[in-house]
Amino acid sequence: MITTAHIWQALEEVKDPELPFVSVVEMGIVRDVQLTAGSVHVKMTPTFSGCPALDVIRRDIATRIRELGFAQVTVETVLHPPWTSDWIADSAREKLKNLGIAPPLRHGGNLIPVAFLDVATCPRCGSTHTILKNAFGPTLCKSVWYCHDCQDGFEQFKAL
Amino acid sequence: MNLLISQSPNLIHHMTPLHPTALAQKLLFLADDELILAHRNSEWTGHGPILEEDIAFTNIALDEMGHAATWHRLRQELTGEEVDTAVFFRDPAAYRNVQLVELPHDDWAFSMLRQYLFDVYEMVHLAQLAASSYRPLAEAAAKIRIEEIYHLRHTAAWVTRLGLGTAESHRRMQAALDTLWPYAQQLFVNMPEDEELGEMGTAVTPTTLHHEWQHLTTTHLTLANLTIPTDHTPPTTNRAHHTHHLTHLLTEMQSVARQYPTAVW
Repeated sequence: MITTAHIWQALEEVKDPELPFVSVVEMGIVRDVQLTAGSVHVKMTPTFSGCPALDVIRRDIATRIRELGFAQVTVETVLHPPWTSDWIADSAREKLKNLGIAPPLRHGGNLIPVAFLDVATCPRCGSTHTILKNAFGPTLCKSVWYCHDCQDGFEQFKAL
Repeated sequence: MNLLISQSPNLIHHMTPLHPTALAQKLLFLADDELILAHRNSEWTGHGPILEEDIAFTNIALDEMGHAATWHRLRQELTGEEVDTAVFFRDPAAYRNVQLVELPHDDWAFSMLRQYLFDVYEMVHLAQLAASSYRPLAEAAAKIRIEEIYHLRHTAAWVTRLGLGTAESHRRMQAALDTLWPYAQQLFVNMPEDEELGEMGTAVTPTTLHHEWQHLTTTHLTLANLTIPTDHTPPTTNRAHHTHHLTHLLTEMQSVARQYPTAVW
């Protein structure tokens, strides 16, 4: 008997295509899983609404649940409450850091000061002697930084 | 409500059956502004003056494209028309964007200033649209507004930098402002649908946003040593009227979809 807990567990295997080492659950993209009479309804929310990976994520979520034996799977996109980077789990923050991407600062719902603070800790050496080089990076969700101590660049996942 | 009806004899007719029609049209205004601006900005991809700005403008274009898709999906719920059909198989005369966003860029300062003027409008507009009585509209506005913070932060900094920069950067910025300022005024013209929805609290009437927009842009642009043009007359007050530039833009944007209408990607 497969329960919603099993489905959540299976969704831990669905990775964000642009960050293929973290799952869509750890990223806070999956908001709800409902299992009723053999059909599954998932609510997901976009990180950045222009993210080109959204369609792939939607498809991958449905595919993974069908693999569990459910024929009836719907994936609904919801916009409320709006996704916030605060929902990125600690496990994902650790993985981001290990792969050279500084995790976003937690802002507790007050984004504007954080978006303007320009603080990032270098994921390699832990230095805060860093400078924002570009608020826009290789993907919508990342900014580009330079660490004066490492004398090398790094990326930060943007606070949202 | 009686008061409103006495002011507008048509309103009683508009109360329920025409409401979704007006709303679908309003969503088209929102979607088309973002889509056409996104397309114009995407033309900088690979042509930006420096690598960082090439990347930044491309990101902003992608964001606006995502916002256009968000508005279009809300419209699809009301009309049933597929997003791709609405975008790729609609003729220029059926587009409802303001002329500001369809103008071809001749300069990077022009594109930066246009994006800035639009960003301020969006920040002012979305804050109020987030209080819409139509929940899907309110939720989308709240979501999009958060992302817009990064746009305005970026474009506002560049407006200052170019305005106060060299004589050449200032000259180009002022020229861009002289051209764009009257066009930007069209964002604050009410279409009949705006008035219908505004009365019901479903959307915000654009005229009510003008004061705040004007205050913010004028203050900032003046600090950037730019002179606000005296011409405040929009080129048109009707979103159905376009320049010939839109036809060229759509011909290019729609060409692949129209040549291969059954293609899937």
